Amino acid sequence: MTKADESGAVAGTLRGGPRRRRVRTAVPLPLLLPGAVALAFLLLPLLALLLRAPWSSLPSLLTSTEVWQALQLSLLSATAATAVSLVLGVPLAWLLARTEFPGRGLVRALVTLPLVLPPVVGGVALLLALGRNGVVGQWLDSWFGITLPFTTAGVVVAESFVAMPFLVISVEGTLRAADPRYEEAATTLGASRFTAFRRVTLPLIAPGIAAGAVLAWARALGEFGATITFAGNFPGRTQTMPLAVYLALQNDPEAAIALSLVLLTVSIAVLAGLRDRWMAGA
Amino acid sequence: MTDPIPDGLDAHLVVARPAFHLDLTLTAAPGEVVALLGPNGAGKTTALRALAGLTPLTSGRLRLDGEELDGTPPESRPVGVVFQDYLLFPHLTALDNVAFGPRCHGATKAESRAQAAKWLDRMGLAEHAGAKPRRLSGGQAQRVALARALATRPRLLLLDEPLAALDARTRLDVRSQLRRHLAEFEAVAILVTHDPLDAMVLADRLVVIEQGRVVQEGTPADIARHPRTDYIAHLVGLNLYRGRAEGHTVKLEAGPSISTTEDLTGDAFVAFPPSAVTLFRDRPTGASARNLWRCEVAGLETHGDQIRADLTGELPLAADLTTVAAAELDLHPGVAVWATVKATQTHAYPA
Repeated sequence: MTKADESGAVAGTLRGGPRRRRVRTAVPLPLLLPGAVALAFLLLPLLALLLRAPWSSLPSLLTSTEVWQALQLSLLSATAATAVSLVLGVPLAWLLARTEFPGRGLVRALVTLPLVLPPVVGGVALLLALGRNGVVGQWLDSWFGITLPFTTAGVVVAESFVAMPFLVISVEGTLRAADPRYEEAATTLGASRFTAFRRVTLPLIAPGIAAGAVLAWARALGEFGATITFAGNFPGRTQTMPLAVYLALQNDPEAAIALSLVLLTVSIAVLAGLRDRWMAGA
Repeated sequence: MTDPIPDGLDAHLVVARPAFHLDLTLTAAPGEVVALLGPNGAGKTTALRALAGLTPLTSGRLRLDGEELDGTPPESRPVGVVFQDYLLFPHLTALDNVAFGPRCHGATKAESRAQAAKWLDRMGLAEHAGAKPRRLSGGQAQRVALARALATRPRLLLLDEPLAALDARTRLDVRSQLRRHLAEFEAVAILVTHDPLDAMVLADRLVVIEQGRVVQEGTPADIARHPRTDYIAHLVGLNLYRGRAEGHTVKLEAGPSISTTEDLTGDAFVAFPPSAVTLFRDRPTGASARNLWRCEVAGLETHGDQIRADLTGELPLAADLTTVAAAELDLHPGVAVWATVKATQTHAYPA
């Protein structure tokens, strides 16, 4: 979750930071010192990026079509992956939080697996499952003519795979904290469990869903390993910004810095905007 | 057992859990208000949840107006629930909270809102229709919750500690309003409470439960005068009367008047605990207590080191006294006594 936290911290700093004077007592040094080091550690690389940015050649570096293609693809696929995560992940979170079934603990552990799995391994696993000769992929190909690897849809699949657990965990936590008796109250009024979920639970946990969606979106936007393994690195089709940055780093480090700046700016703009709108109380 | 199936509630609720066993027979006729009274952990709320279908029965039966409800999911039961902390949906206005039930029962959006507006109007909440629950006072929220439960036209209304969430002042008002609404309600109402006063004011009949079992049931007055366990004697130790208040006097329907410290006009209740009653064999002279009645001992029951005397006569009442005092007065059934209560020991409130 470091990426989102980092971006959140940056967003906070950009808004001028809180100038509250709540704490009157002295801050204990054993907390202040490591805390300050942590903040410096998180912000220093970003600062370095700004200091070493090739500001003079920036306009020419950023006007190439490849950059805009990559940015467009990144935003599109991250948003699509977030949508997929919402449509599938919220119901999964509800099942985990509200129903009893054998092996639920194990299922919950497995859901979080993509969080700890190295993304490249995730990409390999996706290839084995959904690749042209994969366990499921061969049927997708022969029955429906659907091929996922090395397509834009494949990028969305790879990003969903790594991003969805963030959403599921976040929404499940919100559901557990929400009072299940509201659903009971709805059923005593004649609502089916699904109606109760749709008309009562969903609006109540909306802030948690929004927070989870932001986390998932941020994770999808930064996705690299699973994407390059499962979807490859084709400009305009599967080359997202992180892939473009990595590629540029090999040939033209200045271009890599420029691309990184773009990604950073977009991330901050979106997160700051969403934070103000959705998570004012968070 | 060959009687025609009666209307109303006919239930035998058995819920078995590792550390708890509820076994409760409960019947109620349409129009009747029954209070389930008992200490915390007695199984009152479990019984209510079982009636609503939120907790499955281990065994037993549950019939409402002749229809078997056991196994019917909560959304298909003609049951309305007012939850303890009301559980109004925080994201919906008062109007949409009340309209939720009719909408789920197939009414269109416009129809259900029109019905909800009517209910809010009946509860005197028309001007709060657009308010979100967090902007409502405790008493208003309670009435919205009641309107929401009634809007589905239930055949069984369940109220879980309907007054517990209110502060003492609003409680009085809300209690008398709730009493009126329950009196108008034509189907069965079951009320769960640990407050004997709420139970006695709101219910026609009390069912006292302890550790998942019925220990006594009957009318409030009956239970107050003949408590069957020490717990009930302690819990339902209350003399309760209804009359018309004029200033500091409440004139009872049955005859005598009771002086109180409260200044009221109109229909009112007066309550005082049995421990507030003092008994004399001879008429006390220079009586500072203006509440003086001539009574006759109808029965005596021992509860721990206390004796509860059941008195008839001018004013039927229950009086608690120590065994020593009872011996000194030489009390036994048939003895004539004078009973006094200080006005400061009584409590009057509007009905």
